[in-house]
Amino acid sequence: MLEKIASLWILASTINPAVTSDSVAAAASNVHAGPPWWVWPLALFIATIILGILAVLAGVGGGVLYVPLVSSFFPFHLDFVRGAGLLVALSGALAAGPGLLRKNLANLRLTLPLALIASTCSIIGAFIGLAAPTWIVQTALGLTIMFIAVLFIVSKNTEYPEVKGSDPLAEKLKIEGSYREESTGKIINWRVSRTPAGMLFFILIGLLAGAFGLGAGWANVPVLNLLMGAPLKVAVGTSKFLLSITDTSAAWIYLNQGCIIPLIAVPSIVGIMLGSFIGVKILAVTKPSIVRYIVIGMLFFAGVRALLKGLGIWG
Amino acid sequence: MEKMEKRDLQIAPEQIKYANILFYGSWLGILILGVFFLLYVSGIISPFVPSSVIPNYWGMNVHDYNQHLNLPVGWGWLGMIMYGDYLNFLGIAFLALLTIIGYLILIPYYLKSKDVAYATIAGLEIIILLLAASGILRVGGH
Repeated sequence: MLEKIASLWILASTINPAVTSDSVAAAASNVHAGPPWWVWPLALFIATIILGILAVLAGVGGGVLYVPLVSSFFPFHLDFVRGAGLLVALSGALAAGPGLLRKNLANLRLTLPLALIASTCSIIGAFIGLAAPTWIVQTALGLTIMFIAVLFIVSKNTEYPEVKGSDPLAEKLKIEGSYREESTGKIINWRVSRTPAGMLFFILIGLLAGAFGLGAGWANVPVLNLLMGAPLKVAVGTSKFLLSITDTSAAWIYLNQGCIIPLIAVPSIVGIMLGSFIGVKILAVTKPSIVRYIVIGMLFFAGVRALLKGLGIWG
Repeated sequence: MEKMEKRDLQIAPEQIKYANILFYGSWLGILILGVFFLLYVSGIISPFVPSSVIPNYWGMNVHDYNQHLNLPVGWGWLGMIMYGDYLNFLGIAFLALLTIIGYLILIPYYLKSKDVAYATIAGLEIIILLLAASGILRVGGH
């Protein structure tokens, strides 16, 4: 063991003089006294599989469950949880994107202007989140998560919102599209209105996504559907695809700051994706409404836990 | 909302092209991530920071974590990919670069169809993403 560390030290000093390994060698002599190192990544992998299943059954993104629950019940600092949370949301969005784009359920003309605003603001959000004291971020995260839980209860999305006509900006940008409704085989044409107001909301959405490392589907869908009038399926599809762009910019900030620990991030990404595949299979034989209430309960609990943790009352 | 009985669905060619890039890219990225992680945790490729000591530090904020272990920030990881832990960053960076590649493909389509607004939006997005990826933007400690 000591030989291995010594050889690592020599190699690191030789190859990259900017990075001295004294501290790593010193750290290596200070082996963790708790459970073996692999216990937490394994527990995280199992937990994220369950989160992935629940997320699919409840119709929410994995990131919104991941950050509050993992930061509340695992020993990792919020900085690393947010970094991993962004990668979880990013990889899920990248994997789902192609299918959504090919079916026109995610639309480039709708996505691009909103993504530019959200991704720019997510960089600012990431800086705010990383520069602010942890207790403030944790407290704000708790409040945000509880707000999301309330939003899930009160928000009643509309399958086909009535849009009398496009607003001037949407008309100028030619934001419109069509998709095939699989249940009827009909082609549904759609357009949007209140585009400038929608863009203002995406400033806030980007800030929150970057600051808390959350996938922001919970906010994207109501804005696209209820405010701008996109059909629900287009709102859900475009929201998921949007995350691949919004979270990319914030993920780079977290990556460059050193907020990615592979032992935390990789089991989370694989676990959530595996859980999502299993969740899709279970979806056919379960009652999603019950799961939805369980998830809302979990969000409330995680929100309260994060809030109390931030305020130094619990944990 | 208009419902029509039309059979054909018009999807912009640039959207299909973008979808294809994401499809092959994301699965390749996840495969790379999985393989490199196995090489790392199995010990086939030794890490820079031994896995057994990371639990001592992962409860610290990122500033203290980097300082205690004297780890690189920005693109410093690229010079350390001979270590198992830093090798994983290749897969992560590949996934995070996919969107930039997709946007680079979009611009010629928009320019060809004289869609100046969307060519500009795509160009600005690339600048934003490259700025985020560059590591020029830095955050102070907590």
